[in-house]
Amino acid sequence: MVSSNNPFLQMFARSPFKPMQEHIAKAQECAIELVPFFEAVMADDWDKAKIIQQKIAVLEGDADAMKKEIRQNLPKSIFLPVPRTDLLEVLRMQDKIANRAKDISGVMLGRKMSVPGIIQSDMTEYVRVALATSEQALTALNELDELVNSGFGGHEINVIEKMIDKLDALEHRTDEHERAIRAKLFSIEKELPPIDVMFLYQVITQIGDLADRAQQVGSRLQLLVAR
Amino acid sequence: MDIIAQYGDIIVILACVFGFFMAWGVGANDVANAMGTSVGSRALTLKQAIMIAIIFEFLGAYLAGGAVTATIRKGIIDPNLLAGNPELLVFGMLSALLAAGIWLLVATHFGWPVSTTHSIVGAIVGFAAVGISVDAVNWGKVTKIVASWIVSPVTAGLIAFFLFRSVQRLVLDTDNPFKNAKKYIPGYTFLVGFMVAMVTFTKGLKHVGLDFTWTESALASLGIAVVVMLIGMQMQKRITPDPEADRDHHFASVEKLFGILMMFTACAMAFAHGSNDVANAVGPLAAVVGVISAGGEVAQKTAMPVWILLLGGAGIVAGLIMYGHKVIATVGSNITELTPSRGFAATLAAATTVVFASGTGLPISTTHTLVGAVLGVGLARGMAALNMRIVGTIFVSWVVTLPAGAGLAIVFFFMFKGMFS
Repeated sequence: MVSSNNPFLQMFARSPFKPMQEHIAKAQECAIELVPFFEAVMADDWDKAKIIQQKIAVLEGDADAMKKEIRQNLPKSIFLPVPRTDLLEVLRMQDKIANRAKDISGVMLGRKMSVPGIIQSDMTEYVRVALATSEQALTALNELDELVNSGFGGHEINVIEKMIDKLDALEHRTDEHERAIRAKLFSIEKELPPIDVMFLYQVITQIGDLADRAQQVGSRLQLLVAR
Repeated sequence: MDIIAQYGDIIVILACVFGFFMAWGVGANDVANAMGTSVGSRALTLKQAIMIAIIFEFLGAYLAGGAVTATIRKGIIDPNLLAGNPELLVFGMLSALLAAGIWLLVATHFGWPVSTTHSIVGAIVGFAAVGISVDAVNWGKVTKIVASWIVSPVTAGLIAFFLFRSVQRLVLDTDNPFKNAKKYIPGYTFLVGFMVAMVTFTKGLKHVGLDFTWTESALASLGIAVVVMLIGMQMQKRITPDPEADRDHHFASVEKLFGILMMFTACAMAFAHGSNDVANAVGPLAAVVGVISAGGEVAQKTAMPVWILLLGGAGIVAGLIMYGHKVIATVGSNITELTPSRGFAATLAAATTVVFASGTGLPISTTHTLVGAVLGVGLARGMAALNMRIVGTIFVSWVVTLPAGAGLAIVFFFMFKGMFS
């Protein structure tokens, strides 16, 4: 006899904030697989690389499904404490993190790309810093439920802004690593097959792009919480 | 006149049965929204919520239900026009009860949004306007009632907005929310106790034999509010910050403190609901009993017998025990987004609005008032996500319920008229 039409029950829509946090956690779970992936690539273990790449693809698919689910539950008639378009924009950026991870692993596996010995340690470090950037985006997003609970109070906003500052700093460091690794690759590029080098540059760009997307999650989040 | 002398007893018994049935329906269905908020925010267990509902619904109905009952009984229809035909009022009130009761059953079965208040008001206006004459309806009063249906959710929304803003300012958005929660929550508890006590003292206790002046009422209310606050503070003492829970979610311990506050607002809400909604069931009954006990006198100068409110209270409790607990459980499990800090603001705002409407004698919809209150918290950026289609649903419930209640009441009116004459 309890009807779904009870106007009181009807008014409580599903909160998008928890799912948003779960989504970026999934995206990061996907991106972090790049660490073992690069290890496998540098060890020339393509069987292992293939397994990891498949794992990345599955995780990216999961994140995609979560993104769609969140969007479907946010029709225009839902009233949120933040602008709906800003929230969807954060979501879009979060999803790009997983997309980039999949792109990087995809092209590297497909072309069986090897990383020249001289830039291998730089590459490992570069990937690590880029993933630290996306990890920080996840940390900032994890404050979202606290922010909702505090009713978007100034205190929580300050906490988030500090996290976003740190996120910006990390993205900066990723940029520096990118410049360094490009310079190093440039110095040896004439000794390598030209097409391989071209794709290597592309992978470097995409790793930087991953960090860039993480930073954009932060800046969109900042817009979201700004009064 | 003959009809009343001849069938008086049967008619009173019929009216009692119908009235009890309506009160049963109020207890079975309507109480759920008032209490579900507390269960959903996990401030109360289901058992506690039902105990509170039983006690405070009954107290509200008995102590503060008189004014709205009077409105339903003799405010909507102009009794003077019926002086010659008291049996028409009796038939009309019987059919209004039956119509509203059946309409509620049908609507709940199909899952349509309905309000007990709207059904009964629609039914009374319906039989009076069509069965007797358009002039028999006190349109001024009806306009006031309809206006209050719009005003009450808006008022509750405004109160909730500012209540939640004050909670943000004083507790949530501070360096040490837990410390501030302990400091300020007793103030809110005081407010709850004072508000309920004041309305009860000023509006409710005459028929119990206590007649206070305004000053006496204010002083007594202050006393009660202080007692309530002290009880709340005692309960608060037991709650200490839980670092384990707070690591995962900073506000876990703070919300526990608000949970205690929510227990008190739940009592206030049950009280408010009982005081307003009992009239839907026993108002028509009171009208019938009034006419028959006066031997066909329609003027109804005599006071309403107290047993009528008791019967209504008992009906609500019966519905609650037999069926209402299931509905409360369902509503509670579906509104988990409403944490105690929000739930308290929404329920207190709604309870205040409803209790004042009860004091003024305006029959309003508790559910719609609660909806307004939750929207108010939402506008203060307190809710994660609200479905705005609700506003349309409420509008539909008005448009559908009023004519349906009226139509059914008209049918039953002519049926009774044919049966008894």
